[in-house]
Amino acid sequence: MSLKKSLFALAGIAALTQFATAGNVTGKITLKGAPPAEREITPLIEDAGCGKLVPAGEKPKTKFFVVGPNNELADVVVTLKGDNLKGKSTGASAPPIVLDQKACEYVPQILAAQTGQTILVKNSDPVMHNVHTTPASPGNKEENRGQAAGAPDLKFVIPAQENFLRFKCDVHPWMFAWVTAVDHPYFAVSGKDGTFTIKDVPPGKYKIEAMHRRAALVPNSRPAEYKGVEKEIEVTADGAVVDFTIEVK
Amino acid sequence: MEAAASSQRLFLSSDCLTANGSMNQTAAQRWRHCFAVLTALATLILVGIGGLVTSHGVGMAVPDWPTSYGYNMFALPISTWLTGGIFHEHTHRVVATIVGTLVVALMRWLGGNASRRPLIIIGMAEILAGLGLLAIGPDWKGAGHFLSGIGGVVLLAGIVWVKNQTAEGKLPTLGWWAFWLVQLQGLLGGLRVVLDAHIVADVRLGTAFGIVHGCLGQAFLVLVAIIALMTSGWWHRFVQNDFKPATGANELPQSTLLRRWFLFATVLISAQLLIGATMRHQHAGLAIPDFPLAYGALWPDMSTEAIAKYNLQRVEITEAHPITAFQIALQMVHRIVALLIAAAVIVCWRKTSAGTPLRRVSALWVGLILVQVSLGAWTIWSNKAADVATAHVVVGALSLVTGAYGCLISFRRLTGNRFATAADSASKTVLADRISV
Repeated sequence: MSLKKSLFALAGIAALTQFATAGNVTGKITLKGAPPAEREITPLIEDAGCGKLVPAGEKPKTKFFVVGPNNELADVVVTLKGDNLKGKSTGASAPPIVLDQKACEYVPQILAAQTGQTILVKNSDPVMHNVHTTPASPGNKEENRGQAAGAPDLKFVIPAQENFLRFKCDVHPWMFAWVTAVDHPYFAVSGKDGTFTIKDVPPGKYKIEAMHRRAALVPNSRPAEYKGVEKEIEVTADGAVVDFTIEVK
Repeated sequence: MEAAASSQRLFLSSDCLTANGSMNQTAAQRWRHCFAVLTALATLILVGIGGLVTSHGVGMAVPDWPTSYGYNMFALPISTWLTGGIFHEHTHRVVATIVGTLVVALMRWLGGNASRRPLIIIGMAEILAGLGLLAIGPDWKGAGHFLSGIGGVVLLAGIVWVKNQTAEGKLPTLGWWAFWLVQLQGLLGGLRVVLDAHIVADVRLGTAFGIVHGCLGQAFLVLVAIIALMTSGWWHRFVQNDFKPATGANELPQSTLLRRWFLFATVLISAQLLIGATMRHQHAGLAIPDFPLAYGALWPDMSTEAIAKYNLQRVEITEAHPITAFQIALQMVHRIVALLIAAAVIVCWRKTSAGTPLRRVSALWVGLILVQVSLGAWTIWSNKAADVATAHVVVGALSLVTGAYGCLISFRRLTGNRFATAADSASKTVLADRISV
């Protein structure tokens, strides 16, 4: 066996070993307190092009706090933190994540991606949109591109870490999505049942942060900064379980 | 009632609509006045559409300039034009082009035959400068197209062979001011789009240019409205026959005080418009959601904890920036200045005498300010409905114009002995102004 082949084999074994010992971090997010009532997006309903895309009888509403019957909280970005994770993004080779524009709303509205990962923005609507990113981090460049009905997907890449980088449509100014860019693959967004799973985390001690876009906002910060609820965990081969409570006063 | 009647007498009975009071004007002067009124009305409409753009938060719905989605501005497909916020932004650009052309024509009219040569030189220089910018690189493409385009219009205005007289008094100078301001305003509007994302000294240029563009638009409206007033037969008689600027020796102390009140109230309105433009271009929605109280108190809690709570509880639909203590303070200042303006305008009205032009102006002014305060309250109660917020901008602009008219008239008044010497004027009854005497 040549030296090159040996090195490849060793690397493969090391990777397999890591996956073999890596565990999943799971948990659930619960909301404490009463969130504000969501509002009907009346400009959408009244818009000539978008209004007819809304199914009859439905009235689209804002989705600031997506809360389940037992206070399960969706759209919370959960991220591992630690110096040993910095710069471990595999975004360049990771499959793209998809952000759709459907019935003049972004779907989903909260998502997370690795730095360098491709974000495909689709336009499933028969109307024109423009996709306008407004980053706060100096490492990320603002872009504003039109996307006609039926136009090819637009590709966006976020090079630097940033929390809740805003995507907006200026043509339909109620359309927003927020993408958190992380420079490693260990993050998740909580689902409608409030649960999240961060897969294949190497064993070790970490800090873990849960950020809800509204609840984590640092007052008086402009551009907006976010500070979530932080905990410490130890991940073993069996993984780890950590729950969060996010409070709305 | 008095305010409505004032409006009719002072503005609607303009010489271009009736021959009333136009005995001292030639037909050409009347047509010139009509054109100036048309330009002022077009500018007011433009201010309104600009207000709609900001109220809807669609300033970047067309991300390129002076092209629109790569099309020549006048070739944008109708289907695209009618899509969402593109409609407001693109219409604003088209109407702005019309206003720009009207102002160049107005300048040519006011400047007379003597303005032809400078217009030709400026037009050619702008075309060459525009082509030069295009050659520098793609970053300058927008400004290059804009300059060469407007240079073409200016050149055309200079080439037009009409031997008309130069307008009297300061009108040509005011025309040149309008000529330069409209171009600067157009450039600022374009730069607000193309430099939107640039940040200088922690200030987003899109926001900074937006505020300056909004305020300059109001100042430009005042200038064009003043030209419309000063081209009227009413003003002609006011200056030439009945009233002349008072000298310090003959001036009554009361009228000096009145002038100061008019000036004070107008300056306050200007400051208020600046505050309003700053609030609107923050794109943070309503910083305070209730009125007349503020977060349920006379003075809102602006502690860090309170700001966090406000942001958690607000549900904005179109303007997603969180609010800060600065924005809350700014809206409180806006409310206080509104009270001061209302008080100052009422003082102006009370200090004028019945039946005088200044009385009519100030009555109209009081009416406008009351409407404006109501619209301000309604803006909050409607959660910043775009049409209500835009009406607030338009009535604010009209209040500023009315204040400028009041200042202009009060500073040109004749008092004391000079008034007596003008007593033989046929229209003295209409024009006599015995303010505060």
